[in-house]
Amino acid sequence: MKRLLADALQKYHVWAAEHPDPTFAIWAFIKIFIILNVTLVVVSYLVWAERKICGRMQGRFGPNRVGWFGLLQPWADVVKLFFKEEFVPGSANKVLYSIAPALAIVPALISFSIVPFGPGLHVTDLNVGLLLFLAMSSIGVYAVTLGGWASNNKYALIGGLRSSAQMISYELAMGISTIGVLLLAGSLSMVDIVKAQEHTWFVAFQPVAFLMFMITAFAETNRTPFDLPEAESELVAGFHTEYSSMKFGLFFLGEYSNVITICSIAVTLFLGGWNGPWLPQSLKFLWFFAKLAVLVFVFVWARWTLPRFRYDQLMDLGWKVLLPVSIANVMLTAVVVYMRVPR
Amino acid sequence: MIPALFIGFSLLLLVSGLMVVLHKSPVTSAMFLVVAFCALAGIYILLHAEFIGMVQVIVYAGAIMVLFLFVIMYLNLGHDPEHGATILLRRLIGWIAGALVVLQGAMLFAGRWALGPTSTEAPPLGGNTQALGQLLYSRFLFPFEITSLVLLVAMVGAIVISKGRSTRTPDPIPHAPHAGLQAVLRPGDTVTPPTPPGGGEA
Repeated sequence: MKRLLADALQKYHVWAAEHPDPTFAIWAFIKIFIILNVTLVVVSYLVWAERKICGRMQGRFGPNRVGWFGLLQPWADVVKLFFKEEFVPGSANKVLYSIAPALAIVPALISFSIVPFGPGLHVTDLNVGLLLFLAMSSIGVYAVTLGGWASNNKYALIGGLRSSAQMISYELAMGISTIGVLLLAGSLSMVDIVKAQEHTWFVAFQPVAFLMFMITAFAETNRTPFDLPEAESELVAGFHTEYSSMKFGLFFLGEYSNVITICSIAVTLFLGGWNGPWLPQSLKFLWFFAKLAVLVFVFVWARWTLPRFRYDQLMDLGWKVLLPVSIANVMLTAVVVYMRVPR
Repeated sequence: MIPALFIGFSLLLLVSGLMVVLHKSPVTSAMFLVVAFCALAGIYILLHAEFIGMVQVIVYAGAIMVLFLFVIMYLNLGHDPEHGATILLRRLIGWIAGALVVLQGAMLFAGRWALGPTSTEAPPLGGNTQALGQLLYSRFLFPFEITSLVLLVAMVGAIVISKGRSTRTPDPIPHAPHAGLQAVLRPGDTVTPPTPPGGGEA
Protein backbone atom coordinates (compact mmCIF):
# COMPACT_ATOMS: atom_id res chain seq x y z
CA MET A 1 0.00 0.00 0.00
CA LYS A 2 2.76 2.36 1.02
CA ARG A 3 4.74 1.43 -2.09
CA LEU A 4 1.74 2.01 -4.30
CA LEU A 5 1.32 5.47 -2.84
CA ALA A 6 5.00 6.27 -3.24
CA ASP A 7 4.83 5.05 -6.83
CA ALA A 8 1.85 7.24 -7.57
CA LEU A 9 3.58 10.24 -6.00
CA GLN A 10 6.69 9.52 -8.09
CA LYS A 11 4.61 9.33 -11.26
CA TYR A 12 2.85 12.56 -10.35
CA HIS A 13 6.15 14.38 -9.87
CA VAL A 14 7.38 13.20 -13.27
CA TRP A 15 4.13 14.27 -14.89
CA ALA A 16 4.18 17.63 -13.11
CA ALA A 17 7.74 18.32 -14.24
CA GLU A 18 6.68 17.65 -17.84
CA HIS A 19 3.46 19.65 -17.71
CA PRO A 20 4.00 22.77 -15.60
CA ASP A 21 0.99 24.69 -16.91
CA PRO A 22 -1.73 22.11 -16.15
CA THR A 23 -0.13 21.40 -12.76
CA PHE A 24 -0.22 25.07 -11.91
CA ALA A 25 -3.82 25.36 -13.06
CA ILE A 26 -4.95 22.31 -11.08
CA TRP A 27 -3.23 23.42 -7.87
CA ALA A 28 -4.56 26.95 -8.25
CA PHE A 29 -8.04 25.54 -8.76
CA ILE A 30 -7.79 23.38 -5.62
CA LYS A 31 -6.54 26.31 -3.53
CA ILE A 32 -9.23 28.61 -4.88
CA PHE A 33 -11.90 25.99 -4.22
CA ILE A 34 -10.85 25.53 -0.58
CA ILE A 35 -10.41 29.22 0.19
CA LEU A 36 -13.66 30.15 -1.57
CA ASN A 37 -15.69 27.66 0.43
CA VAL A 38 -14.04 28.49 3.74
CA THR A 39 -14.67 32.17 3.04
CA LEU A 40 -18.34 31.67 2.24
CA VAL A 41 -18.87 29.64 5.42
CA VAL A 42 -17.01 32.22 7.49
CA VAL A 43 -19.07 34.99 5.90
CA SER A 44 -22.35 33.29 6.76
CA TYR A 45 -21.15 32.81 10.34
CA LEU A 46 -20.14 36.45 10.47
CA VAL A 47 -23.80 37.28 9.93
CA TRP A 48 -24.62 34.99 12.87
CA ALA A 49 -21.91 36.58 15.01
CA GLU A 50 -23.16 40.05 14.16
CA ARG A 51 -26.69 39.15 15.23
CA LYS A 52 -25.44 37.50 18.42
CA ILE A 53 -23.22 40.43 19.40
CA CYS A 54 -25.93 42.93 18.50
CA GLY A 55 -28.35 40.99 20.67
CA ARG A 56 -26.01 41.00 23.64
CA MET A 57 -25.33 44.72 23.22
CA GLN A 58 -29.06 45.40 23.29
CA GLY A 59 -29.75 43.09 26.25
CA ARG A 60 -31.20 40.28 24.09
CA PHE A 61 -30.03 36.77 23.28
CA GLY A 62 -29.89 37.01 19.49
CA PRO A 63 -30.73 33.96 17.35
CA ASN A 64 -30.96 30.90 19.64
CA ARG A 65 -33.69 28.70 18.15
CA VAL A 66 -32.01 26.86 15.25
CA GLY A 67 -29.30 24.55 16.61
CA TRP A 68 -27.19 25.18 19.72
CA PHE A 69 -26.85 28.92 20.32
CA GLY A 70 -28.54 29.37 16.96
CA LEU A 71 -25.50 27.96 15.18
CA LEU A 72 -27.59 26.59 12.32
CA GLN A 73 -29.29 29.95 11.75
CA PRO A 74 -27.10 30.90 8.71
CA TRP A 75 -28.08 27.68 6.94
CA ALA A 76 -31.75 28.32 7.62
CA ASP A 77 -31.36 31.88 6.32
CA VAL A 78 -29.65 30.78 3.13
CA VAL A 79 -32.25 28.10 2.43
CA LYS A 80 -34.99 30.67 3.01
CA LEU A 81 -33.32 33.13 0.63
CA PHE A 82 -33.03 30.48 -2.08
CA PHE A 83 -36.69 29.55 -1.91
CA LYS A 84 -38.10 33.08 -1.82
CA GLU A 85 -39.91 34.48 -4.82
CA GLU A 86 -37.59 36.31 -7.14
CA PHE A 87 -39.21 39.54 -8.19
CA VAL A 88 -37.80 41.64 -11.03
CA PRO A 89 -39.38 45.08 -11.51
CA GLY A 90 -41.04 45.38 -14.92
CA SER A 91 -39.26 48.58 -15.87
CA ALA A 92 -35.82 47.42 -14.74
CA ASN A 93 -32.90 46.92 -17.11
CA LYS A 94 -32.94 43.13 -16.78
CA VAL A 95 -29.35 42.33 -17.73
CA LEU A 96 -27.64 44.95 -15.59
CA TYR A 97 -30.11 44.24 -12.78
CA SER A 98 -28.90 40.62 -12.73
CA ILE A 99 -25.20 41.41 -13.12
CA ALA A 100 -25.05 43.88 -10.23
CA PRO A 101 -25.37 41.36 -7.33
CA ALA A 102 -22.64 39.19 -8.84
CA LEU A 103 -20.41 42.26 -9.10
CA ALA A 104 -20.97 42.84 -5.39
CA ILE A 105 -19.40 39.57 -4.32
CA VAL A 106 -16.92 38.59 -7.04
CA PRO A 107 -14.36 41.39 -6.46
CA ALA A 108 -14.31 40.70 -2.72
CA LEU A 109 -13.65 37.02 -3.36
CA ILE A 110 -10.95 37.77 -5.96
CA SER A 111 -9.15 39.91 -3.38
CA PHE A 112 -8.83 36.81 -1.20
CA SER A 113 -6.45 35.27 -3.72
CA ILE A 114 -3.65 37.57 -2.53
CA VAL A 115 -4.20 37.37 1.23
CA PRO A 116 -1.42 35.34 2.91
CA PHE A 117 -3.16 33.45 5.73
CA GLY A 118 0.02 31.79 6.93
CA PRO A 119 3.52 30.96 5.76
CA GLY A 120 2.91 29.51 2.29
CA LEU A 121 -0.87 29.59 2.76
CA HIS A 122 -1.98 31.81 -0.09
CA VAL A 123 -3.45 31.27 -3.54
CA THR A 124 -0.95 33.48 -5.31
CA ASP A 125 1.79 35.93 -4.40
CA LEU A 126 1.48 38.67 -6.99
CA ASN A 127 4.21 41.27 -7.14
CA VAL A 128 1.44 43.87 -7.41
CA GLY A 129 -0.79 42.26 -4.78
CA LEU A 130 -1.85 45.42 -3.01
CA LEU A 131 -2.78 47.06 -6.31
CA LEU A 132 -5.02 44.09 -7.09
CA PHE A 133 -6.87 44.73 -3.84
CA LEU A 134 -7.29 48.43 -4.69
CA ALA A 135 -8.42 47.54 -8.23
CA MET A 136 -11.00 45.09 -6.95
CA SER A 137 -12.37 47.55 -4.41
CA SER A 138 -12.78 50.10 -7.20
CA ILE A 139 -14.60 47.53 -9.35
CA GLY A 140 -16.91 46.84 -6.40
CA VAL A 141 -18.38 50.33 -6.82
CA TYR A 142 -20.20 49.15 -9.97
CA ALA A 143 -22.34 46.75 -7.98
CA VAL A 144 -24.10 49.50 -6.06
CA THR A 145 -24.10 52.00 -8.93
CA LEU A 146 -25.60 49.57 -11.43
CA GLY A 147 -27.89 47.96 -8.89
CA GLY A 148 -29.29 51.37 -8.03
CA TRP A 149 -29.66 52.49 -11.63
CA ALA A 150 -30.98 49.29 -13.17
CA SER A 151 -33.80 48.91 -10.62
CA ASN A 152 -35.41 52.07 -12.02
CA ASN A 153 -36.49 53.24 -8.59
CA LYS A 154 -35.78 56.68 -7.18
CA TYR A 155 -34.65 55.46 -3.76
CA ALA A 156 -32.39 52.87 -5.35
CA LEU A 157 -30.93 55.46 -7.72
CA ILE A 158 -30.19 57.95 -4.93
CA GLY A 159 -28.68 55.18 -2.81
CA GLY A 160 -26.52 54.02 -5.70
CA LEU A 161 -25.29 57.52 -6.51
CA ARG A 162 -24.54 58.28 -2.87
CA SER A 163 -22.69 55.06 -2.49
CA SER A 164 -20.51 55.52 -5.54
CA ALA A 165 -19.68 59.10 -4.57
CA GLN A 166 -18.76 57.91 -1.08
CA MET A 167 -16.69 54.98 -2.27
CA ILE A 168 -14.75 57.03 -4.83
CA SER A 169 -13.97 59.71 -2.22
CA TYR A 170 -12.79 57.26 0.40
CA GLU A 171 -10.93 54.99 -2.01
CA LEU A 172 -8.49 57.82 -2.59
CA ALA A 173 -7.67 58.26 1.09
CA MET A 174 -7.48 54.48 1.50
CA GLY A 175 -5.02 54.06 -1.36
CA ILE A 176 -2.83 56.88 -0.09
CA SER A 177 -2.88 55.60 3.50
CA THR A 178 -1.38 52.28 2.29
CA ILE A 179 1.56 54.05 0.62
CA GLY A 180 3.29 54.54 3.98
CA VAL A 181 3.35 50.78 4.46
CA LEU A 182 4.68 50.29 0.94
CA LEU A 183 7.50 52.74 1.63
CA LEU A 184 8.48 50.79 4.74
CA ALA A 185 8.21 47.34 3.15
CA GLY A 186 9.61 48.33 -0.24
CA SER A 187 7.31 45.93 -2.01
CA LEU A 188 3.74 45.58 -3.29
CA SER A 189 3.65 41.84 -2.64
CA MET A 190 1.57 40.89 0.38
CA VAL A 191 3.95 38.08 1.41
CA ASP A 192 6.91 40.47 1.36
CA ILE A 193 4.95 43.00 3.40
CA VAL A 194 4.21 40.35 6.05
CA LYS A 195 7.83 39.20 6.08
CA ALA A 196 9.00 42.80 6.57
CA GLN A 197 6.96 42.91 9.80
CA GLU A 198 8.69 39.96 11.45
CA HIS A 199 10.08 42.10 14.28
CA THR A 200 7.79 45.11 14.49
CA TRP A 201 4.28 45.47 13.16
CA PHE A 202 3.80 48.42 10.85
CA VAL A 203 1.04 49.79 13.06
CA ALA A 204 3.85 50.91 15.40
CA PHE A 205 5.36 53.10 12.66
CA GLN A 206 2.13 54.01 10.91
CA PRO A 207 -0.55 54.53 13.59
CA VAL A 208 -2.17 57.40 11.66
CA ALA A 209 -2.28 55.39 8.45
CA PHE A 210 -3.82 52.43 10.31
CA LEU A 211 -6.52 54.61 11.83
CA MET A 212 -7.26 56.13 8.44
CA PHE A 213 -7.30 52.76 6.72
CA MET A 214 -9.87 51.54 9.22
CA ILE A 215 -12.06 54.65 8.86
CA THR A 216 -12.02 54.37 5.07
CA ALA A 217 -12.65 50.64 5.40
CA PHE A 218 -15.94 51.41 7.16
CA ALA A 219 -16.87 53.76 4.33
CA GLU A 220 -15.78 51.35 1.58
CA THR A 221 -17.95 48.57 2.97
CA ASN A 222 -20.93 50.91 3.47
CA ARG A 223 -21.11 50.04 7.15
CA THR A 224 -22.34 52.26 9.97
CA PRO A 225 -21.41 55.07 10.63
CA PHE A 226 -21.06 55.50 6.86
CA ASP A 227 -24.10 53.49 5.75
CA LEU A 228 -25.86 56.40 4.04
CA PRO A 229 -26.37 54.46 0.80
CA GLU A 230 -28.83 52.23 2.60
CA ALA A 231 -30.10 54.67 5.21
CA GLU A 232 -33.46 53.02 5.86
CA SER A 233 -35.02 56.08 7.47
CA GLU A 234 -34.76 58.07 4.23
CA LEU A 235 -34.09 55.66 1.35
CA VAL A 236 -36.11 52.50 2.26
CA ALA A 237 -33.13 50.19 1.63
CA GLY A 238 -31.00 52.21 -0.76
CA PHE A 239 -29.57 50.50 -3.80
CA HIS A 240 -31.03 47.09 -2.99
CA THR A 241 -34.60 48.29 -2.46
CA GLU A 242 -35.89 46.34 -5.47
CA TYR A 243 -33.88 43.18 -4.88
CA SER A 244 -35.31 40.03 -3.41
CA SER A 245 -34.44 36.37 -2.95
CA MET A 246 -30.85 35.29 -3.60
CA LYS A 247 -30.05 38.48 -5.54
CA PHE A 248 -30.53 40.37 -2.30
CA GLY A 249 -28.62 37.55 -0.61
CA LEU A 250 -25.65 38.16 -2.88
CA PHE A 251 -25.57 41.87 -1.96
CA PHE A 252 -25.73 40.82 1.67
CA LEU A 253 -22.94 38.26 1.28
CA GLY A 254 -20.95 40.80 -0.72
CA GLU A 255 -21.09 43.32 2.13
CA TYR A 256 -19.89 40.79 4.68
CA SER A 257 -17.20 39.30 2.47
CA ASN A 258 -16.00 42.84 1.82
CA VAL A 259 -15.73 43.34 5.57
CA ILE A 260 -13.63 40.17 5.92
CA THR A 261 -11.49 41.04 2.90
CA ILE A 262 -10.74 44.53 4.10
CA CYS A 263 -9.98 43.31 7.63
CA SER A 264 -7.63 40.67 6.19
CA ILE A 265 -5.83 43.37 4.23
CA ALA A 266 -5.61 45.55 7.35
CA VAL A 267 -4.14 42.64 9.33
CA THR A 268 -1.64 41.97 6.55
CA LEU A 269 -0.60 45.58 6.10
CA PHE A 270 -0.54 46.86 9.65
CA LEU A 271 -0.86 44.07 12.21
CA GLY A 272 1.92 41.78 11.03
CA GLY A 273 -0.15 39.17 9.18
CA TRP A 274 0.67 35.71 10.50
CA ASN A 275 3.60 36.95 12.63
CA GLY A 276 3.31 36.24 16.34
CA PRO A 277 5.14 34.56 19.18
CA TRP A 278 4.98 30.97 20.54
CA LEU A 279 3.27 29.07 17.75
CA PRO A 280 5.28 26.83 15.39
CA GLN A 281 5.58 27.81 11.74
CA SER A 282 2.77 25.48 10.63
CA LEU A 283 0.26 26.96 13.10
CA LYS A 284 1.09 30.63 12.54
CA PHE A 285 -2.10 31.05 10.55
CA LEU A 286 -3.97 30.96 13.88
CA TRP A 287 -2.43 34.34 14.67
CA PHE A 288 -3.80 35.68 11.42
CA PHE A 289 -7.29 34.49 12.22
CA ALA A 290 -7.11 35.79 15.81
CA LYS A 291 -6.19 39.28 14.60
CA LEU A 292 -8.84 39.06 11.88
CA ALA A 293 -11.47 38.15 14.49
CA VAL A 294 -10.55 41.17 16.60
CA LEU A 295 -10.84 43.58 13.66
CA VAL A 296 -14.13 42.07 12.50
CA PHE A 297 -15.45 42.42 16.04
CA VAL A 298 -14.52 46.12 15.90
CA PHE A 299 -16.61 46.44 12.74
CA VAL A 300 -19.64 44.86 14.41
CA TRP A 301 -19.06 46.82 17.61
CA ALA A 302 -18.99 50.13 15.72
CA ARG A 303 -22.21 49.28 13.89
CA TRP A 304 -24.19 48.92 17.11
CA THR A 305 -22.51 51.84 18.87
CA LEU A 306 -22.18 54.78 16.49
CA PRO A 307 -24.95 56.76 14.83
CA ARG A 308 -24.97 57.55 11.13
CA PHE A 309 -23.16 60.57 9.70
CA ARG A 310 -24.89 63.30 7.78
CA TYR A 311 -24.00 63.35 4.07
CA ASP A 312 -22.13 66.67 4.11
CA GLN A 313 -20.19 65.57 7.22
CA LEU A 314 -19.21 62.41 5.37
CA MET A 315 -17.90 64.29 2.36
CA ASP A 316 -16.13 66.88 4.54
CA LEU A 317 -14.41 64.14 6.50
CA GLY A 318 -13.30 62.35 3.36
CA TRP A 319 -11.98 65.27 1.37
CA LYS A 320 -10.98 67.85 3.98
CA VAL A 321 -9.60 65.65 6.75
CA LEU A 322 -8.64 62.15 5.63
CA LEU A 323 -7.11 63.06 2.29
CA PRO A 324 -4.79 65.86 3.50
CA VAL A 325 -3.78 63.88 6.60
CA SER A 326 -2.96 60.80 4.54
CA ILE A 327 -0.90 62.83 2.08
CA ALA A 328 0.98 64.46 4.97
CA ASN A 329 1.57 61.00 6.42
CA VAL A 330 3.04 59.78 3.14
CA MET A 331 5.37 62.78 2.88
CA LEU A 332 6.56 62.38 6.46
CA THR A 333 7.14 58.64 6.01
CA ALA A 334 8.98 59.22 2.74
CA VAL A 335 11.33 61.73 4.36
CA VAL A 336 12.06 59.44 7.32
CA VAL A 337 12.62 56.41 5.09
CA TYR A 338 14.90 58.46 2.82
CA MET A 339 16.96 59.70 5.78
CA ARG A 340 17.37 56.24 7.30
CA VAL A 341 18.22 54.27 4.18
CA PRO A 342 22.01 53.88 4.03
CA ARG A 343 23.42 55.17 0.78
CA MET B 1 -1.10 28.74 -22.10
CA ILE B 2 0.03 32.36 -22.56
CA PRO B 3 -0.83 32.53 -26.30
CA ALA B 4 -4.28 31.10 -25.54
CA LEU B 5 -4.83 33.70 -22.83
CA PHE B 6 -3.60 36.44 -25.15
CA ILE B 7 -6.05 35.39 -27.86
CA GLY B 8 -8.84 35.19 -25.32
CA PHE B 9 -8.18 38.66 -23.92
CA SER B 10 -7.78 40.15 -27.40
CA LEU B 11 -11.06 38.65 -28.59
CA LEU B 12 -12.78 39.97 -25.47
CA LEU B 13 -11.23 43.38 -26.06
CA LEU B 14 -12.31 43.49 -29.72
CA VAL B 15 -15.84 42.26 -29.09
CA SER B 16 -16.46 44.57 -26.14
CA GLY B 17 -14.91 47.48 -28.07
CA LEU B 18 -17.31 46.84 -30.92
CA MET B 19 -20.22 46.61 -28.51
CA VAL B 20 -19.29 50.00 -27.02
CA VAL B 21 -19.86 51.52 -30.45
CA LEU B 22 -22.78 49.41 -31.58
CA HIS B 23 -24.95 49.14 -28.49
CA LYS B 24 -27.85 51.59 -28.31
CA SER B 25 -28.07 52.04 -24.53
CA PRO B 26 -25.38 54.41 -23.19
CA VAL B 27 -25.09 52.66 -19.81
CA THR B 28 -24.55 49.27 -21.45
CA SER B 29 -21.98 50.83 -23.77
CA ALA B 30 -20.14 52.23 -20.77
CA MET B 31 -20.14 48.83 -19.10
CA PHE B 32 -18.70 47.24 -22.24
CA LEU B 33 -15.98 49.87 -22.11
CA VAL B 34 -15.20 48.69 -18.56
CA VAL B 35 -14.93 45.12 -19.86
CA ALA B 36 -12.63 46.36 -22.62
CA PHE B 37 -10.39 48.10 -20.07
CA CYS B 38 -10.21 44.94 -17.96
CA ALA B 39 -9.30 42.85 -21.03
CA LEU B 40 -6.60 45.38 -21.89
CA ALA B 41 -5.28 45.10 -18.32
CA GLY B 42 -5.11 41.33 -18.83
CA ILE B 43 -3.00 41.82 -21.96
CA TYR B 44 -0.68 44.19 -20.07
CA ILE B 45 -0.21 41.58 -17.36
CA LEU B 46 0.61 38.92 -19.97
CA LEU B 47 3.31 41.28 -21.26
CA HIS B 48 4.81 41.42 -17.73
CA ALA B 49 3.56 44.99 -17.21
CA GLU B 50 1.68 44.14 -14.02
CA PHE B 51 1.83 47.65 -12.62
CA ILE B 52 0.35 49.23 -15.75
CA GLY B 53 -2.30 46.53 -15.88
CA MET B 54 -3.45 47.12 -12.32
CA VAL B 55 -3.33 50.90 -12.64
CA GLN B 56 -5.40 50.53 -15.81
CA VAL B 57 -8.12 48.83 -13.78
CA ILE B 58 -7.86 51.22 -10.81
CA VAL B 59 -7.83 54.45 -12.81
CA TYR B 60 -9.80 53.75 -15.98
CA ALA B 61 -12.17 50.94 -15.05
CA GLY B 62 -12.54 51.97 -11.43
CA ALA B 63 -12.51 55.75 -11.29
CA ILE B 64 -13.03 57.33 -14.70
CA MET B 65 -15.76 55.00 -15.89
CA VAL B 66 -17.69 55.43 -12.65
CA LEU B 67 -17.69 59.18 -13.31
CA PHE B 68 -18.84 58.47 -16.90
CA LEU B 69 -21.70 56.41 -15.49
CA PHE B 70 -22.54 59.27 -13.10
CA VAL B 71 -22.89 61.70 -15.99
CA ILE B 72 -24.96 59.28 -18.05
CA MET B 73 -27.26 58.52 -15.14
CA TYR B 74 -27.71 62.15 -14.14
CA LEU B 75 -28.44 63.30 -17.67
CA ASN B 76 -30.64 60.23 -18.14
CA LEU B 77 -29.66 59.96 -21.80
CA GLY B 78 -32.22 58.15 -23.85
CA HIS B 79 -32.11 57.99 -27.61
CA ASP B 80 -29.91 60.60 -29.15
CA PRO B 81 -32.04 62.36 -31.76
CA GLU B 82 -29.79 62.48 -34.79
CA HIS B 83 -30.42 64.77 -37.72
CA GLY B 84 -28.98 66.94 -40.46
CA ALA B 85 -25.44 68.22 -40.61
CA THR B 86 -24.23 66.82 -37.27
CA ILE B 87 -24.91 63.24 -38.27
CA LEU B 88 -23.22 63.78 -41.64
CA LEU B 89 -20.17 65.29 -39.95
CA ARG B 90 -20.10 62.47 -37.43
CA ARG B 91 -20.27 59.87 -40.16
CA LEU B 92 -17.49 61.59 -42.07
CA ILE B 93 -15.23 61.66 -39.01
CA GLY B 94 -16.11 58.03 -38.32
CA TRP B 95 -15.17 56.98 -41.85
CA ILE B 96 -11.86 58.88 -41.70
CA ALA B 97 -10.96 57.38 -38.33
CA GLY B 98 -11.91 53.90 -39.52
CA ALA B 99 -9.84 54.29 -42.68
CA LEU B 100 -6.85 55.39 -40.58
CA VAL B 101 -7.17 52.32 -38.37
CA VAL B 102 -7.36 50.02 -41.40
CA LEU B 103 -4.34 51.76 -42.93
CA GLN B 104 -2.40 51.35 -39.70
CA GLY B 105 -3.28 47.65 -39.57
CA ALA B 106 -2.23 47.20 -43.19
CA MET B 107 1.12 48.88 -42.53
CA LEU B 108 1.63 46.72 -39.47
CA PHE B 109 0.99 43.59 -41.48
CA ALA B 110 3.19 44.81 -44.32
CA GLY B 111 6.01 44.75 -41.80
CA ARG B 112 6.88 48.43 -41.94
CA TRP B 113 6.49 48.67 -38.19
CA ALA B 114 8.25 45.59 -37.00
CA LEU B 115 7.39 44.50 -33.50
CA GLY B 116 10.12 45.39 -31.04
CA PRO B 117 12.24 42.75 -29.37
CA THR B 118 10.05 40.83 -26.96
CA SER B 119 11.55 38.79 -24.18
CA THR B 120 9.52 35.98 -22.67
CA GLU B 121 11.66 35.67 -19.56
CA ALA B 122 10.11 36.92 -16.35
CA PRO B 123 11.45 40.17 -14.90
CA PRO B 124 13.61 39.99 -11.75
CA LEU B 125 11.98 39.64 -8.36
CA GLY B 126 10.22 42.78 -7.22
CA GLY B 127 8.74 43.07 -10.68
CA ASN B 128 9.15 45.91 -13.07
CA THR B 129 7.25 48.32 -10.81
CA GLN B 130 10.56 49.41 -9.31
CA ALA B 131 12.19 49.79 -12.74
CA LEU B 132 9.22 51.84 -13.94
CA GLY B 133 9.40 54.09 -10.89
CA GLN B 134 13.11 54.66 -11.30
CA LEU B 135 12.66 55.58 -14.97
CA LEU B 136 9.76 57.90 -14.21
CA TYR B 137 11.70 59.79 -11.56
CA SER B 138 15.00 60.02 -13.39
CA ARG B 139 14.97 59.94 -17.17
CA PHE B 140 11.34 60.93 -17.68
CA LEU B 141 11.05 63.29 -14.72
CA PHE B 142 10.39 66.36 -16.87
CA PRO B 143 7.51 64.89 -18.93
CA PHE B 144 6.13 63.39 -15.73
CA GLU B 145 6.09 66.75 -13.96
CA ILE B 146 4.68 68.51 -17.03
CA THR B 147 1.85 65.97 -17.18
CA SER B 148 1.01 66.54 -13.54
CA LEU B 149 1.05 70.29 -14.11
CA VAL B 150 -1.34 69.93 -17.07
CA LEU B 151 -3.68 67.85 -14.91
CA LEU B 152 -3.51 70.46 -12.14
CA VAL B 153 -4.34 73.25 -14.59
CA ALA B 154 -7.29 71.24 -15.92
CA MET B 155 -8.53 70.69 -12.37
CA VAL B 156 -8.26 74.34 -11.40
CA GLY B 157 -9.93 75.29 -14.69
CA ALA B 158 -12.85 72.98 -14.03
CA ILE B 159 -13.33 74.45 -10.56
CA VAL B 160 -13.12 78.05 -11.86
CA ILE B 161 -15.67 77.37 -14.60
CA SER B 162 -18.17 75.71 -12.28
CA LYS B 163 -17.71 78.25 -9.46
CA GLY B 164 -17.69 81.29 -11.75
CA ARG B 165 -21.14 80.49 -13.13
CA SER B 166 -22.78 79.99 -9.79
CA THR B 167 -21.85 83.48 -8.49
CA ARG B 168 -23.30 85.29 -11.51
CA THR B 169 -26.58 83.47 -11.96
CA PRO B 170 -28.95 83.21 -9.01
CA ASP B 171 -29.28 79.89 -7.25
CA PRO B 172 -32.30 78.08 -8.73
CA ILE B 173 -33.14 76.76 -5.26
CA PRO B 174 -32.65 79.72 -2.94
CA HIS B 175 -31.40 78.14 0.28
CA ALA B 176 -30.17 81.53 1.47
CA PRO B 177 -32.38 84.09 -0.27
CA HIS B 178 -30.27 87.10 0.70
CA ALA B 179 -27.10 85.71 -0.84
CA GLY B 180 -29.01 84.95 -4.04
CA LEU B 181 -30.48 88.48 -4.18
CA GLN B 182 -27.17 90.21 -3.62
CA ALA B 183 -25.68 88.35 -6.53
CA VAL B 184 -28.15 89.74 -9.07
CA LEU B 185 -28.60 93.21 -7.59
CA ARG B 186 -26.42 96.05 -8.81
CA PRO B 187 -26.15 99.59 -7.47
CA GLY B 188 -29.01 101.65 -8.81
CA ASP B 189 -31.40 98.75 -9.25
CA THR B 190 -34.82 99.23 -7.72
CA VAL B 191 -35.95 96.55 -5.39
CA THR B 192 -39.61 95.60 -5.19
CA PRO B 193 -40.39 93.68 -2.05
CA PRO B 194 -41.77 90.23 -2.78
CA THR B 195 -45.48 89.75 -2.14
CA PRO B 196 -46.00 87.32 0.67
CA PRO B 197 -47.80 84.11 -0.29
CA GLY B 198 -51.54 84.14 0.10
CA GLY B 199 -51.92 87.86 -0.65
CA GLY B 200 -50.35 90.40 1.70
CA GLU B 201 -53.17 92.97 1.60
CA ALA B 202 -55.87 90.78 3.05
